[in-house]
Amino acid sequence: MEIPYTFTARPDTGLYNGKLGIWLFLASEVMLFGAIFTAYLFVRLGADDGTWPDHIQNVWLGLTNTIILIVSSITMVWAWVALKERKFNTYRLALGITILCGLVFLTIKGFEYYSKYQHFGFMIKAEAFSKYEPELKKMDAYYSEVPSQDPSEHVYEVRGHFRAETADTITFAPDGMPSYLINLAGKENAEAAMGEKAGEENASGEEPTLTLSISDIHRYGRLLPKYGTYYAIYFLVTGLHAMHIVGGVVVMLYFLTIGSALYRRNPEQLSNRIEVTGIFWHFVDLVWITVFPILYLT
Amino acid sequence: MPFAILIESLGITPNASLHGYAIDSMLEMLHWFMLILFVGWSSFYFYTLWRFQRKKSPRANYVGTTSHLPTKLEGGVLVLEIVLLMAFAAPIWASRVDQFPTGPDVIHVAAVGQQFQWDLQYTGADGKFGQRRIDLVTGSNPLGLDRSDPAAADDLTTVNEMHLPVNKPCIINVMSRDVIHDFCIPNMRIAQDAMPGSVIPMWFVPVKTGTYEIVCAQLCGSNHSLMRGVLVVESEADYKKWFDETAKLSGATVVDGKPVAPADSAGIVAK
Amino acid sequence: MDDLPPSSEAAAAPSHGQSAHAAPSHGHGTHDDHAHEHHELGFWRTYIFSTDHKMIGIQYLWAGLFFLFFGFSLMLLMRWQIAFPGQALSWANASNHIGYQIYQILYHLGLSGPPVELPAVPPDPNNPPLTQYVFGKDQMPGGVMTPDFYNTLGAMHGTIMVFFGIVPVAFAAFGNFVMPLQIGTVDMAFPRLNMASVILFFLSAVLMTGSLFVPGGAAKSGWTSYTPLATISDQSVNTVFWGHNFHVLWPFWLTGQSVWIIAMAFNITSSLLSSVNFITTIVQLRAKGLSWMRLPFFVWTQFITAFLLLLAFPPLEAAAFMQLMDRLAGSSLFSPAGLIVNGAPLPNSGGGTPLLWQHLFWFLGHPEVYVLVLPGLGIIAEVVANNARKPLWGYNQMVVSLLILGFLSMIVWAHHMYLTGMGTAVSSFFQLTTIIISVPTMVILSSLIISLWGGAIRFTSPMLWATAFLPLFGIGGLTGIPLAFNAPDTFLHDSYYIIAHFHYVIAPGTIFALFAGVHYWYPKATGRMMSEFWNKVHFWPTMILMNCIFFPMFLQGMAGMHRRMYDGGATYGILNRDVLHWNSFISESAWLMGLAQIPFILNFCLSYKYGRKVSDNPWEATTLEWSAPSPPPHGNFPHPVVAYRGPYEYSVPGHPTDFTMQSEPPSSAKAIHISGPPPEDERSIGFPPLT
Ligand code: HEA
Ligand code: HEA
Ligand code: CUA
Ligand SMILES: [Cu+2]
Repeated sequence: MEIPYTFTARPDTGLYNGKLGIWLFLASEVMLFGAIFTAYLFVRLGADDGTWPDHIQNVWLGLTNTIILIVSSITMVWAWVALKERKFNTYRLALGITILCGLVFLTIKGFEYYSKYQHFGFMIKAEAFSKYEPELKKMDAYYSEVPSQDPSEHVYEVRGHFRAETADTITFAPDGMPSYLINLAGKENAEAAMGEKAGEENASGEEPTLTLSISDIHRYGRLLPKYGTYYAIYFLVTGLHAMHIVGGVVVMLYFLTIGSALYRRNPEQLSNRIEVTGIFWHFVDLVWITVFPILYLT
Repeated sequence: MPFAILIESLGITPNASLHGYAIDSMLEMLHWFMLILFVGWSSFYFYTLWRFQRKKSPRANYVGTTSHLPTKLEGGVLVLEIVLLMAFAAPIWASRVDQFPTGPDVIHVAAVGQQFQWDLQYTGADGKFGQRRIDLVTGSNPLGLDRSDPAAADDLTTVNEMHLPVNKPCIINVMSRDVIHDFCIPNMRIAQDAMPGSVIPMWFVPVKTGTYEIVCAQLCGSNHSLMRGVLVVESEADYKKWFDETAKLSGATVVDGKPVAPADSAGIVAK
Repeated sequence: MDDLPPSSEAAAAPSHGQSAHAAPSHGHGTHDDHAHEHHELGFWRTYIFSTDHKMIGIQYLWAGLFFLFFGFSLMLLMRWQIAFPGQALSWANASNHIGYQIYQILYHLGLSGPPVELPAVPPDPNNPPLTQYVFGKDQMPGGVMTPDFYNTLGAMHGTIMVFFGIVPVAFAAFGNFVMPLQIGTVDMAFPRLNMASVILFFLSAVLMTGSLFVPGGAAKSGWTSYTPLATISDQSVNTVFWGHNFHVLWPFWLTGQSVWIIAMAFNITSSLLSSVNFITTIVQLRAKGLSWMRLPFFVWTQFITAFLLLLAFPPLEAAAFMQLMDRLAGSSLFSPAGLIVNGAPLPNSGGGTPLLWQHLFWFLGHPEVYVLVLPGLGIIAEVVANNARKPLWGYNQMVVSLLILGFLSMIVWAHHMYLTGMGTAVSSFFQLTTIIISVPTMVILSSLIISLWGGAIRFTSPMLWATAFLPLFGIGGLTGIPLAFNAPDTFLHDSYYIIAHFHYVIAPGTIFALFAGVHYWYPKATGRMMSEFWNKVHFWPTMILMNCIFFPMFLQGMAGMHRRMYDGGATYGILNRDVLHWNSFISESAWLMGLAQIPFILNFCLSYKYGRKVSDNPWEATTLEWSAPSPPPHGNFPHPVVAYRGPYEYSVPGHPTDFTMQSEPPSSAKAIHISGPPPEDERSIGFPPLT
């Protein structure tokens, strides 16, 4: 029994089954990511002033990953073209590079996750904040006010790396001002005025630290989903995206190794399969290109 | 309400609010509409089944009817529905959510849903709600009302029991402190989800005295079915008497414009 | 089967190598002797890990029917608590009630004095009833249902009926079995993907049923799983399980609601894969000559249903991930800050909103209800045309309505959310789309009714169900109209009126259509008929009791009785006083209806062995599936089929029989109607004009 049009196009639709299938699957993927982006809009527009973190991502890492994915999309097309031209070795090379790109992407992503895991955020009660404000100002550290209708919920947020802990205090190295804010203030002046700057090592290789007493903290935690909806969305979108990358890499590894045996029997079918994989891979790339500005650049 | 024969024969619970008449007449119209459609369709249907059973009609007709009546009827139904929407539903809704009553007569109540009771707060004469704070919430102060706030001085708080003077508009700010509830008084034809994180106002004018049930109309956990309050609609004088007594019991420091000694710390009026 | 050219391959027959699908075990055996093939595949490949669309369809059918029955049983249990709140479900109490009813009947027949209702037997802690052992001490202590268990049963009834009962039967079972046959092809486009769907569905079903046994019980926040209730439910499990204290050992991420989410994620993925498969199959594998407007209406409904699943399900999947994250990682995408639960502030960051969940849920939820009914409509269309012996009246407009309906169903979802604080503009939009969508539904239903006009109607088993379907679905559909307007909906929302509305469209609606479908295609799947007599024994009580169950709910809803009430609304004495007595009537009708299913179950199982043997086309139907042998062999058709005409060429004037099969080659020039209806002059020869 033979299923018609598994790798020849049906004349009136101009498609073979796999190609239609992947497009339909992508339609559902669009709805999946679309729903998450809608959720992003919901929580972002609904966020109270001051609660939506901006520019906390490392843009350079994100940009590197964007470029890596774009390159991998190109090599993916290259692999397909090579197959069409029946250049098997070129195909293997191009697919290999694509896989490599996927893996590098995942490594960088993992590194970014790890740095979120290392990072802490602290919500300091508004009435206690005046104790810490001068010191934070002095080291030019980042902080932001989170107002609330309910006075017991009015807090200030600071972020930094955890350093030490006692029964009733926590010591951490505060983050500096995001660079774009410093630029607004005039970087030179700021540097001239202060001695130690938050987020920058001093001569002895240490960052300035701040000690908070636990009773002054409303809430604190690692920059993980629990800490805030931004992080929840961030981990959700990038995690789901990373899972797609993993899926793509696994499929490509299969076509690089066992699956490539098909080349000898039916190269046309293999090239169809690579085309279908490629369509998927471009979509995953496209998702990242949407994620990047939304989560990194704003 | 003369025009409520059909829904009354279906046993609709009697209406007791001003805008409820509009809702009821819409329900009535819709049920007539449905009934007519249903009877029309069924008569055609059952006649067809009988007329064209095999015994009576051994050979089928390939074409069937060529009448265009069905299309016209379907168009007619759509037009009627749109009329119902434009002429009734939309205006009723607009008056519900956009045209809130104003003036000194209006009674303002906050209804805070919690598993599994309604915590109610009346503004008192100043028309302002006293500050509620999360850190003040206790079993005896479920609203977390901050009595030190001057706006709270004349506020009345109760649990599950609500009184209103007849024929006076009332605005209820519906909210929740845990999960979604729904503040629903079927006789008043009002219902509003209590969404955690938002305050949604809703208004109505009770026009009949009596005792009515406040239902929680959204699944909110184990005892959802027991989350029940009462609304007593009474004369102006009775209401005033109830208000002053209960406000004092619930810890108000200003009652009827005069300062009073605060009641005992329990603060909450038991039913 | 290599000698079998792909069915629609008349054009370019390419010289392809061996496809991956043509694994050796698939690729041989002659179609004439299909018994052979099953031998070669072995038990596991034939019955369990099958890639054959027919076997997969049958697997889904069994699973779906099982879950329909299972979901029904959960409801039968719940109805006890609604009818007799707080009474132990023990033999003593049950027999009291049965005895009372029997006396009541005797009394009305004048055979005994007035019956006396005995007081409820209180639970005896030393001698608990069987139900405590069966359902566990923390679910039914002393045989009395706890409120949490009631909520669990409600949520599981809804979930199981919708996602594990109706969808598997209406979409997956009938779709898989019938659709490829109706389009005249050999199998689905992706047979192995099809098998993957089955496996995922199986996993999700195991998880969902298994969740009933986890400490704390299964999901208990309604089938809608509204947040934050669902997020906070079972966050700390403290329960006695099999006599041990498991609250430390049991991983809390495996509590009811979390398992619900995980099971739903599997279920959704399974549906997504199926719908990709269905659409591809319908687009790509239609037999030669089977143009779009010659597709049977059933195929059209499957096509649209697949699109609805494909596009509406992913948002729920996303929402499921988010709710899982809220539960397990402590995020608060669906809850705002400052919540106080059990007297303590929730340690969450805030920033989310419960509205988001509702939007994502109902974005699926509304298309889902059309997923529930469209395949049913398709079945009814087949049955109506076949038994009226007449083409469907207005086939074209039915198809167009279906397309409109499919599109509109994606933009009406917020009519479930009128009370969440919606403004006039937004709600007017959704009211408008909702009332517009009722028109295409009406067009389809009206066309079906009008199709009967001028027919020669025979009341076969499937037709009996279809006959009941039409008006009863009508009741459900019509009562949807008051709900569509937000002003009346303020009164009706979340009352038993809603319960009655949607059960009328689903239970006497879709379930009846499914019964029709089972009877209609049973001979195709087995080569034997189900018994007509036992069908009647099943049909009449079911039809009557269905109405006894659901009609009083309209009255209860009108009186202000609300749904999801553990005590059936008894607490609200003032409000519902006059309608509470219906509770026990409804419950008793439901239990009797449970009994009324026994003839069906027996008929269904025993006809496989003892049913009357019939030819390949016992209903004298026209569509392509009847051109295949019964049961169809692997690969379906002995010879590639070609469709020469539209799907419902019944009673074509001048044709010797009153049905002209799609695959019947045109014999004489006179009788050929390659496309569409016969020429004008032929139309009404010898027939009196109608209306
Ligand atoms: C199969 C499922 C199904 C179908 C088809 C429908 C069809 C419709 N539904 Fe229903 N609905 C549900 C399943 C369904 N619904 C469910 C499950 C819920 C509740 C979910 C929950 O909260 O848990 C719900 C809830 C629901 C609500 C929300 C109520 C609330 O919670 O407040 C609304 C509001 O607009 C609504 C409207 C409609 C409308 C206008 C239609 C229209 O499409 C109907 C159009 C049909 C007609 C107008 C009938 C035409 C009939 C004929 C022409 C035949 C007549 C024939 C004879 C008499 C012989 N439905
Ligand atoms: C597909 C959907 C579906 C179906 C078919 C049904 C069918 C039925 N439902 Fe259900 N119901 C829901 C979906 C459905 N329900 C939903 C979504 C809710 C809301 C849940 C919530 O609040 O969250 C609900 C809620 C609900 C309630 C309200 C509970 C409450 O609010 O507290 C009630 C009350 O009586 C009820 C009753 C029934 C009854 C008596 C049937 C009967 O009609 C059942 C009929 C069943 C059969 C006739 C079975 C036939 C099958 C066979 C015979 C199989 C044979 C088997 C083999 C051959 C193996 N349902
Ligand atoms: Cu509160 Cu239900
Ligand atoms: Cu809907």
